[in-house]
Amino acid sequence: MYRYDAFDQRLVDERVAQFRDQTRRFLAGELSEDEFRPLRLQNGLYIQKYAPMLRVAIPYGLLSSRQLRMLAHIGRKYDKGYGHFTTRQNIQYNWPKLEEAPDILADLASVEMHAIQTSGNCVRNITSDHFAGAAGDEIVDPRPYNELIRQWSTFHPEFAYLPRKFKIAITGATTDRAAILVHDIGLQAVRDDGGDIGFRVIVGGGLGRTPIIGHVIREFLPRAEILNYLDAILRVYNRFGRRDNIYKARIKILVKEQTPAVFAQHIETEWEHLRGGAATVPDEEIARLAAFFVPPPYEKLPSDDTGFRSAVADNRAFSNWVKRNVFPHKVPGYAIVTLSLKKTGVPPGDATSDQMDTVADLADAYSFGDLTVSHEQNLIFTDVRQSQLMALWSELKDLGFATPNIGLLTDIVCCPGGDFCSLANAKSIPIAEAIQRRFDDLDYLHDIGELDLNISGCMNACGHHHVGHIGVLGVDKNGSEWYQVTIGGTQGEHAAIGKVIGPSFAAHEMPDVVARLLDVYVDHRHEDERFVDTVRRLGLDPFKERVYAAAH
Amino acid sequence: MPQLIRNGALVEDRWTLVREVASTAELSATKVIVPLAFWLAAHDELRARSDVGVWLAPADDPALLAADTASLPLIAVDFPKFADGRGYSIGRLLRERFAFLGELRAVGDIQRDQLYYLHQVGFDAFVVRDGKDAQDALSSLRDFSDGYQLTNRRTPWFRRSGTDVPARMRGTTE
Repeated sequence: MYRYDAFDQRLVDERVAQFRDQTRRFLAGELSEDEFRPLRLQNGLYIQKYAPMLRVAIPYGLLSSRQLRMLAHIGRKYDKGYGHFTTRQNIQYNWPKLEEAPDILADLASVEMHAIQTSGNCVRNITSDHFAGAAGDEIVDPRPYNELIRQWSTFHPEFAYLPRKFKIAITGATTDRAAILVHDIGLQAVRDDGGDIGFRVIVGGGLGRTPIIGHVIREFLPRAEILNYLDAILRVYNRFGRRDNIYKARIKILVKEQTPAVFAQHIETEWEHLRGGAATVPDEEIARLAAFFVPPPYEKLPSDDTGFRSAVADNRAFSNWVKRNVFPHKVPGYAIVTLSLKKTGVPPGDATSDQMDTVADLADAYSFGDLTVSHEQNLIFTDVRQSQLMALWSELKDLGFATPNIGLLTDIVCCPGGDFCSLANAKSIPIAEAIQRRFDDLDYLHDIGELDLNISGCMNACGHHHVGHIGVLGVDKNGSEWYQVTIGGTQGEHAAIGKVIGPSFAAHEMPDVVARLLDVYVDHRHEDERFVDTVRRLGLDPFKERVYAAAH
Repeated sequence: MPQLIRNGALVEDRWTLVREVASTAELSATKVIVPLAFWLAAHDELRARSDVGVWLAPADDPALLAADTASLPLIAVDFPKFADGRGYSIGRLLRERFAFLGELRAVGDIQRDQLYYLHQVGFDAFVVRDGKDAQDALSSLRDFSDGYQLTNRRTPWFRRSGTDVPARMRGTTE
């Protein structure tokens, strides 16, 4: 993975010193709350319901075991012994003290990490494919470009006070595992007819209050032009994005109001000025960054390990786990393993400091010492030998991270919700738990098959409910918590926004509502049809009828 | 106590910024900074004067000054609110696209923690908001020793270090 050089390290250290002084001035009364807010937000610090919340950047979700041990240490020393992995591949701590935040940043800097721009109206952490470097469908490894864009976005002086937050996702693969269609900018690596690498540029997608699927504004951007083009998009947005209404300030509204074609023309015009200029990326720089992401020393192995195959045949529990949590690797004899952070009874995405330490040891033992965080809030070992899967599985079971539910109903994506977040209208974690408890029969879950269930506690959609096959949104009705249900949402290259099925439900009704939706699917599904495919084929009506006939 | 920082030092401000003006007769003061709309309207009269500068609001288009950047002694950009970042783009455009070499001044809700980024996008003068210590603000220009981007240093870090790529790789902290 990328390692800081003296230049990178100095900037992060200087940031710690700057924020330490800003915090000191705030506590001394020299900065008002309004003046301090944008400064602390650009260092990931929110003031939440019970305590500040600190969001730490995990650039494109990639962590070394050494960094994970530091995250465990921070959880233990400054928090209540755990952390929460988020849908932006970051980690959040829910109980730090404001006056200790500078110390936490200093600890992070000691392992080449930071909380820079994890909040605020600026360019946020770059997110990417959690299988990067290991997936068989990669056109190019996106990580050198992720790092290039991470550096470009870090302390970009022109774009620190945008109209609103700005999220960029990048994929190098043909299958979209990075949700590039629902980001402010999505970049997909492509090759032109001559074999040169470039990017398809998608702008103006997003969830939140106004969910919109992004628009392709350029089919092929040469890779050398990537920073010039990003400067062009951000400059047009910075100058012309709406600042009069916080709910209309995201770039998706600007794209919509101008129309994608006119917006694209503005970008092209701005780019013409910047094209070929000093920020054009030389091949040497891309080669320098790529050198940090050379493949690990893979062994030459048969593509099918016989011991592994017979274990799959003999052990049903192991085979269930392999079926759901293990994915094919581009290198023969290796596999990608997802550690499920979705055990019933534990808030989705939470891990204790002790668990993090153990995961770090396992990453060293089984996966070259690295891991990634997925936007589905799970952890990934990208490079595990097939012959070691059984041993790893045993260790993960002891750890509670071997629930064989990846991609299934109980692999719920869920924001912290009303239990922690001051923005939330309703709790989300108890809804996730109630659904997980209701559907604890593994045979039934596997029979239902692939199903994304996403829960957000408010419009801001941190739980990405719009793209859940079943989406649940917490709403406030006269001071009490209700839940609106959408179905038919999809992430990935066929991204779609789910549709609301009708009036919202009380919390205790939610497991039954999900059960009835699944009953309709089981009654009507065709062979090999997922829940969401059946929704698309039949439309909303049969689902609505079943749910509301029973409920009201 | 002067509130103007120029070229990294606290200095006395000899310019007067007028928020509204209807005719050149009202401009009694020399060294006056006028609104863009007035500058454009009275262009023929004002253009020859070396004691008139122009200020831009966040929504103003700096391209309207393209023909004047070679002769204008001073351009100010107003930041009505700390969090309104449009002026940062105006700064870069004036410096990089319209080759403005005169004094580029940030006015309005300007305080210590904006100065570093403002300087990076080309501002060399800052009128620190009343009630904030300009001497204190001055130190923030040194918050960071360097940066990755194409900024007032003119070239991004990778181009300055690019001639010696292996040296940069050797520098990884192990």
